[in-house]
Parts: sequence; C-alpha cells; structure tokens
Amino acid sequence: MNDTSPPKRTHYLNAQHTVGSWLFTLDHKRIGLLYLATILLFFLLGGIAAMLFRVELMTPDPTYMESETYNRLFTMHGITMIFFFLIPSIPAVLGNFLLPLMLGTKDLAFPRLNLASWYVFTFGGLLGLGSIIFGGVDTGWTFYTPYSSTYANSNVILAALGIFIAGFGSIMTGINFIVTIHKMRAPGLTWFRLPLFIWAHYATSIIIVLGTPVIAITILLVAIERLFQIGIFDPALGGDPVLFQHLFWFYSHPAVYIMILPGMGVISEIIACFSRKRIFGYKVVALSSLAIAILGFFVWGHHMFVSSQSMYAGMIFSILSFLVAIPSAIKVFNWTATLYGGAIKLDTPMLYALGFIGLFTVGGLTGLFLASMAINVHVHDTYFVVAHFHYVMVGGMVMAFFGGLHFWWPKMTGRHFSELFGRIGAVTIFIGFNLTFFPQFIVGYLGMPRRYHVYPEEFQFLQVMSTGGSAVLALGYLVMAGYLLHSLVLGKKASSNPWRAVGLEWTTPSPPPTENFTTEPYVDYEAYDYTREEVYRDDADEVKGA
Amino acid sequence: MAADQHSPHLAHHFDSMEQQQESSSLGMWLFLAQEVMFFGGLFVAYAVYRFKYPEAFAVASSHLSLGWGAFNTVVLICSSLTMALAVRAGQLGDKRGIIRYLLATIFLASVFLGVKGVEYTEKYNDGLMPGPAFEYTPDFDRYTVPVTAETAPPNFVGNVQLFFSFYFVMTGLHALHMVIGIGLMIWLIVKALRDRFSKEYFTPIEMTGLYWHFVDIVWIFLFPLVYLVWRH
Amino acid sequence: MMNLLASFIPAQASHFAADIDRLYFFLIGVSMFFTILIGMLVIYFVIRFRRRSDDERPAPTKDIVALEIGWTIIPLVLVIIMFVWGAALFYKQWRPPADAMEILVTGKKWMWKMQHPSGRSEINDLTVPVGRPIRLTMTSEDVIHSFFVPAFRTKADVVPGRYTSSWFLPTEKGSFHLFCAEYCGAEHSLMKGWVHVVSEEEYEAWARGDDTDVAMLTPVEAGQRLFNELGCVVCHNPASGAMGPHLAGLFGSEVRLNTGRSVIADEEYIRESILEPMAKITEGYQPIMPTYKGQVSETQVMHLIAYIRSLSEE
Repeated sequence: MNDTSPPKRTHYLNAQHTVGSWLFTLDHKRIGLLYLATILLFFLLGGIAAMLFRVELMTPDPTYMESETYNRLFTMHGITMIFFFLIPSIPAVLGNFLLPLMLGTKDLAFPRLNLASWYVFTFGGLLGLGSIIFGGVDTGWTFYTPYSSTYANSNVILAALGIFIAGFGSIMTGINFIVTIHKMRAPGLTWFRLPLFIWAHYATSIIIVLGTPVIAITILLVAIERLFQIGIFDPALGGDPVLFQHLFWFYSHPAVYIMILPGMGVISEIIACFSRKRIFGYKVVALSSLAIAILGFFVWGHHMFVSSQSMYAGMIFSILSFLVAIPSAIKVFNWTATLYGGAIKLDTPMLYALGFIGLFTVGGLTGLFLASMAINVHVHDTYFVVAHFHYVMVGGMVMAFFGGLHFWWPKMTGRHFSELFGRIGAVTIFIGFNLTFFPQFIVGYLGMPRRYHVYPEEFQFLQVMSTGGSAVLALGYLVMAGYLLHSLVLGKKASSNPWRAVGLEWTTPSPPPTENFTTEPYVDYEAYDYTREEVYRDDADEVKGA
Repeated sequence: MAADQHSPHLAHHFDSMEQQQESSSLGMWLFLAQEVMFFGGLFVAYAVYRFKYPEAFAVASSHLSLGWGAFNTVVLICSSLTMALAVRAGQLGDKRGIIRYLLATIFLASVFLGVKGVEYTEKYNDGLMPGPAFEYTPDFDRYTVPVTAETAPPNFVGNVQLFFSFYFVMTGLHALHMVIGIGLMIWLIVKALRDRFSKEYFTPIEMTGLYWHFVDIVWIFLFPLVYLVWRH
Repeated sequence: MMNLLASFIPAQASHFAADIDRLYFFLIGVSMFFTILIGMLVIYFVIRFRRRSDDERPAPTKDIVALEIGWTIIPLVLVIIMFVWGAALFYKQWRPPADAMEILVTGKKWMWKMQHPSGRSEINDLTVPVGRPIRLTMTSEDVIHSFFVPAFRTKADVVPGRYTSSWFLPTEKGSFHLFCAEYCGAEHSLMKGWVHVVSEEEYEAWARGDDTDVAMLTPVEAGQRLFNELGCVVCHNPASGAMGPHLAGLFGSEVRLNTGRSVIADEEYIRESILEPMAKITEGYQPIMPTYKGQVSETQVMHLIAYIRSLSEE
C-alpha cells in the first residue's frame, strides 16, 4: 500500500464481517454464496458415495461391501445429488446471485423469503443427512412403493421429510424469481431485452411452483403411510403402487427440466460472450424454454411404459416425449449457429459451454431412444437409462453449473482463477465424464439392470472402464477445487468486466456493492449487443494498486 | 421523486408502493397456485380410489356426520365474510374494525376446529382411525348404498380404511392450514395494535385474506368430496 | 461389420429382437449423424472464427427465419418416424397371439416362481420350447419386480395386487439371462435366473416330469435341491450379506430370539420357521422372511429339515 492507491472499496463481501452478518443477511448475493457452500458439501457427499460404489462395481461379486451397504450408497448418491445438489444448484446459487444484477435491481422481491428458503433448504438437507448418518435409506431416490412405504427397513420417513421440507425452499425461490422478473426489471429492460439466463429461470420457476407441491404431497403420503401403517399405496390394503409412480413422475420428470433449463440459460450467456455475438434466434431460444416447461408436464408416463400402464396412454406419452425434444434441438442448433462469424476465444467457461453442447446433444438424442416405446421396453431400468440421464444431468447441468461458476467467479469473488489450470480441469472433466458414462450405454443395451450389486461376469470389462473414468472425473473436480480455493486468496483482482461481456451485471464493480449498482441502470439496447463500444472499455486501471 | 417513496413501509429495494404492493400480490397468487397443486395431487389420488372402489367409499362416507360437515361449511363461509370485512376495514384504515373482524374470524375458525375435533374423537371411538387399530365390521343390511356381502369387493374393509386414510389426511392438512391462518391473524392483530396499518398500507391483511379464502375454497371442495359421496 | 455390431447387442433369441435392434440402429444412425454434425460444425467454427486480436468486433448476428423453420421441421419429421416405428413395434409386443402358452409367474423377494400348464413349476429357471409363443401372466407377493430377458428384448413390471403380462416367441435354443429389473430391496441383484429354450420334444418330456429323479434322492439330497430351488440359499448364506441366519450348526443348538427368550432348534422350530417365519425371530435379524405355507408339502418340509440337520452333522 502506498499513498497513491485509491481508498479500499466497500463491497458486499467486506461490508460486514461477523458470522451473524452472513447467517442473517438479506443480501441475495450473500445468500447465493450460502447456498453455494451448502450444495457443494452435498456434491462432495454424493460424489464420495459414487466413488465408493464404483470401486465396488469393479468386480462382479461382492468385494468389500454387502448388498445392503451398496443399496444405501446408490440411494444416498441419488438423493443428495438430485434433491440437494442439482435442483438448487444453478437457480439457488447463480440465479440468486445474478437475477437482481441482470435485472438492474437492488435485490429479489422478497429478501426475507429468500433467506428463509436457505434455512428451510438447509434444514431439509440436514434431515436428509441425518437419515444417512442414522443408518441410511435403501429405497433408491425414486422411493417406489410398496417397497418404500411398507417393506424397507431404513430411514425412509426421515429422508422423505428432508425432501419434503427442502422442496418448500425451492418453491420459495421459484415464487421470488417469478415476482422479481415480472415486477422489478430496470427501466427500459423489456421482456425481449432480457438475457436468456433470465428466460430460463422464468421457465424453471414456473415448473418449480407448479410441480414441487405434487412431489411434496406424494412423499408426505409415503411418510404418513409408513408412520401410521395405513395403506395408501400398499395393495394389501387396497392401495395402488402404480398411482405413486404417476404422482412421483408428474414432478420428477419436470424436475429434469428444473435441472437442465437454468443450465441452458448459462450456456447462452457464455456462448454469446466468448463469440461476441448475439445468440442466434434469440426469441426462439427464449420461447423454447417456455415450451419445454409446458410440454415437460405432459411426458411423465414415459417412465412407465412397462409398469402396466395402458398401451394407449403410453402412445400419447411417447409422442409428447418426442415433441419435447424439438425445443431442445432448436436450442442446440441456435447455439451452434451463434458461433458462425464470431470472434471465438476458448477460455475456461467457453470450454465448459462447448463441452455442454456435445454432451447434452448425446444426452438429448439418447432420450429419443427412451421415448420410443419398443426400445424403452428393453432399456428401461438398465444402465442405458443411467448413462442417458448422467449425460443430461452431469454432462449437461453440472458442466453448465461449473461453466457458469467460472464465468461469474470474478464477479462473485472479485478474483481471477488460474486460466491454465481452469482449462486443464475442464478438459480432464470432459474426458473423465465420457470414459465413465459412455460404456454404460453399451452395458445397458447388453442388458445389465441398474442398481445391481452383483452382476454377470461378461459385463465386468465395461464396468471397470466406467470406474476408471470416474477416477479421472473425480481428479478433474479436485483440480478445480484446488485452483478455485487458491484464487480466493491469491487470485489476481478482477475488474468490472474482465470478459468484455454484455449484461447489466458487468456494469457494476467486481465484487458488486451491497446495493448492486451505484447509479440506477437504464437499458436502451438489445440483449447481447456486442456492437456497443462501452463493452470493450478498458477497465484495467480499476484494480491497479488495490 | 414521488412523495410515497418516503413511506416507512416501503422496503429499500422497491421503487414505489405500487410496485411493492403488486409484487406481494403476485407472490401470494403464485403461492396459492402451488397450494392448488399440493391439494390437487391429493384430490387426484383420492379420485382414483373413489372410482376404483365406489361402494366402499360410499359406505365409508355414510359414516361421516353430514350435520357437522354442513354446519362447518356454514361456519367457514361466515368466516370468509368476516375476513372480507377485515380487509375492508384495512382499506378504510379502521383499526378497531380490523381487530374486531379478525377476532370474529379467529372465533369462527376455532369453532370449525372444535367441531373437527369432535368428529375426529367420534371416529376414533368407533375404531375408524386407520392403522393397526382400525376396526370395522361391515353391516350390509343397514347400508343405504346398494352393496351386499356377495357383491362387495374382496378387500372391502381395507377399502373402507383407505377412505378414512384420505379423510384424515385431507381434512388434517386442511385443518393445519387453518391453524397457520389463525397464527397469521394473531400476528396481524398484534401489528394492528401497534398501529402498523394505514389506508396506504394494509398489504398483510389483504394477503392473509387471500390465503383465508383459499383455505375456505379447499373446504368447499372437500365437503362434497368426502361427505356427500353416497348421496349423489 | 455385423460381427462387430453383434458384440454391442445381446443375443437375438426372440422373434422381435431383430426388429427392435433395427430400430435401435436407425436411432443410433440418426444420433451419430447429428452428434457428428454438431461436433464438426463447432470445431470448424471455433478454428475458422477464432479471435485473432482482442479488439476484434464480429459482424452482428442476423437471424435467418428459414433456418429456424428448417431445424424445427426436420427433427419433427424424424421424431414422428421414430414414434410411429416404435409404437408399431410396441403394439406387437403388447398383444400376445391367442394360441400362446400361458405360464404363471410369481415374483417375491428375491426369487421367481414359474408354474407351467402341465403343473410343473420351477424357481428362478424358466424352461420353454423353441418356436412356440409364450405368454407370461405375472404378479408379485410383496413389492414391484420386473421380469427382464435381454435376449428376448422383453420386460414387464410384476406388480403386487394386479396381473401383468408379457409375451415372446423364442427363436433360438440356449440359456439366456433372466433379471429382476425393478429395484426390490437388499438382494435385488440376486433375483435372477435363466431362461432355457429347448426343443419342443425336450420341453414336453420335461413338462411331464420324465427327467425328474426326486424319488431316487435321499431326503437330505432332496432337501438340498429344494433349498436351492426355493431360493432359501439366497438369504441363508453368509456370503450374501447374511440376510438370514446361517444354518450350519443350527440344528440342536440354542437360538436367542429378539424377545430375549431362547429356544432349542429342533424339528418343530424349523418347521414353524418355514411355514410361519414371523412367529419367532432370531436376535439380530429383521423379520423379512416370506412364508412358504402352501408352497411346500409336508414331505418337502421333512426333506428340508433333514438337509438342515445334515448341516450340523458334518
């Protein structure tokens, strides 16, 4: 420090330092970081569970764990990853942080509700964690009845309550987002000037608000059924176990779109920035998010083609499932077309975005196999399904989440991460991911059912490959954890707009002040207008001497 | 800058009272939309079983007290009226009116819950509480529903129990919503006593009103669904 | 080429296996075309339009409506073809021919029981004649299972409280995997067996019971065979994670129950444990054993007891 350096700037991170200032904060940016810390913990837990059973699966016979342990591990992996990592990941972390910044407002419409949502979610997460610590759950994340409601000897009630409660955290976030997008846009920021990230979150929030209550009541019924030994889904008492599947998938299929739509929003932002182009077919991409959200509510029956559902119902669900692929395909084509004629730079976030396009394309196309009834009969509940949804969830959503985290890292923390290690990490993750999950398509079509602890020897080669890949994938994540943590302390300071990106969030300093903007933003340009010279303003002197 | 921007009720992140009011209102409607889906899931499950086991559900429903159900329906509709009057008093800035009508609403809600308690106790004493203690012997001669020992489905008693499972879950969740509503009204009364409301600012009363009418409407669906099955 | 492809698909042993694989390869073709197309375009654009200087300002994006319409219509046509093709095949899979032979299948944790028209039954094995359509009528005694034969490309959930069905026409002789595909608890992955496709004559002989020599077996041998066939071995086996107590050395010993009491494991106790497993639960084990009442004759119970006693005599 010397006398010529500017006075230390106050921003949302250093405005207050007490623990209480974090735990009782109403600032959407701090709440976003609270969510980040929480869900990364669950990501770590779910990942450890996955590594443990992947090692076990290297041999066809039980090696170092019993079936009961194996079943608890894959259930733990599913529940933590889906309910406590994927569903909140982009909306609750990046959405929370960025929505008000992108809309040019000071906060979400209901800051107290936002903080409450984190507490509710965390409480639900702790119950879920408790169910694991006190002996685990062995039903699979799908909680199929009557196994879950009558037969399982594990902590189903605790896990169900955890999911039930965490669901209300989601609903609170969803309501907050919709209201904020409707009512709090900066002057001049019309609907079709909104970043696609916002459109994606709008569509996601609609699904959250309309879908989550249905899983809430369903899972509550399972808990009540177990607790009072009544037979809502138990055929011995006149209940119908297949009804549970209808109610479960009515939420849990749209939940896939809760997970992937925000990821698509992130990808649109990154691709526009690193090719310096407005997204090709902006309106089509924006509206396709809504199309996915609406169509997504009418395809749940494709999880039930072999469940004894009527053939004619199956046909309707099949054609609708095929149709929901169209808006996704449109998005992929539009992103690719955006690259045409751009000025493309392959920085770390862009590597994640391009990885997303490739992996999501595979994940989406293999979804067509599952929408096709005849093939679904063969591959249903096999590793083919496991591979498909990991391509969408991990290849799609997790890639997008980490892409977005890298893209907005300088904004959130005010620091740059190491670009070199960033690229190494992204490539390692891409390779490890494919090694892990591509063999699972093959082993699935060959007929290996999912959730198998002991399996015939002919599948061993592909299973070993998959485990090898998962080690590479884990290594990639560890590299990332390493350089991101390093950057928090020793990273180079970031200016307001280090990537030269368009968007209101880049017009305020990094990290932003508590009130987000020093002057009230006014928007008189289209989204992703990379022809504006302000975007390319050299802001390097902002951080000099700091 | 407009004068209302200095209203003490305007949160710092809103530009105007209108924006704040509209946001609350939209938020509340979205909340009610998710409530509709929550009860909707339950009603769908109920409807599925109702069509699967029409006789058992009709018989089981005939064991409910129609008189108490109808009485409670009237009580709840009256409570919606007093709630609407409380909102009206809020619009007029009439503090005493707010408190008076909210107390009336709480009174009616308590009557409703009391009656519910009486009904639950009756069912409990009759052994109609689902679970291991459920005890029910069909008496086919006394049913007004056309079902005999010969035509009854194989798991008749189990299906009767299924009805009561839904009866308790649905009315129980509804009652839980009412208890939450009473809590909200007590909070409103405390705020009113501290003079927090005015003609310009009575959003919480309006929102609680919306919530209360929703709870009322759920009952309007519940009543024919569970009490009137056998009389259609 | 076909040999290479064949290593990525299971044996084609039913009349619609090849049909389904054809659709599968069509879908793979479409998927590969689009994946490679997108991949190549992305790589080409990334190289061709790489940022040459930090000041580069590309020309603004121009939306082309024709392209948007094009890449909506083309996938739409493709998915409609896929839908019609897949639904037509499914329709065939769904409706068994009227002359199909019916075999009753019961699933329970964690075994399959098959009952043939001749009255013979099997556990975890299904013997069927080649070239004759077979219809399975299935139900479950406890949770949902799923009857999956990859070589036949058939799968159907087996649901408690209702009957589901599945049919196939075996075209190849041999033994093929039978899996439970719906997660059903601790030993889900052991709930598997084999489908044996044999010639018509072999099947007829088998169904009449010509190949059985139960009468020639000693009670211990008969009991051992039953012990395996009924699936007792799945749980009462220290290697499987010991869902049930290990039975070696059990006979004549003192067993502590979860009530705190102890009993001597004599014939009466073992008989009761087979027919009414919930009556006495050994300390440290869950009450999960299904009853075998009505499934084993008194003679068979005696065989089982003889076998269990022999385990303590070695």
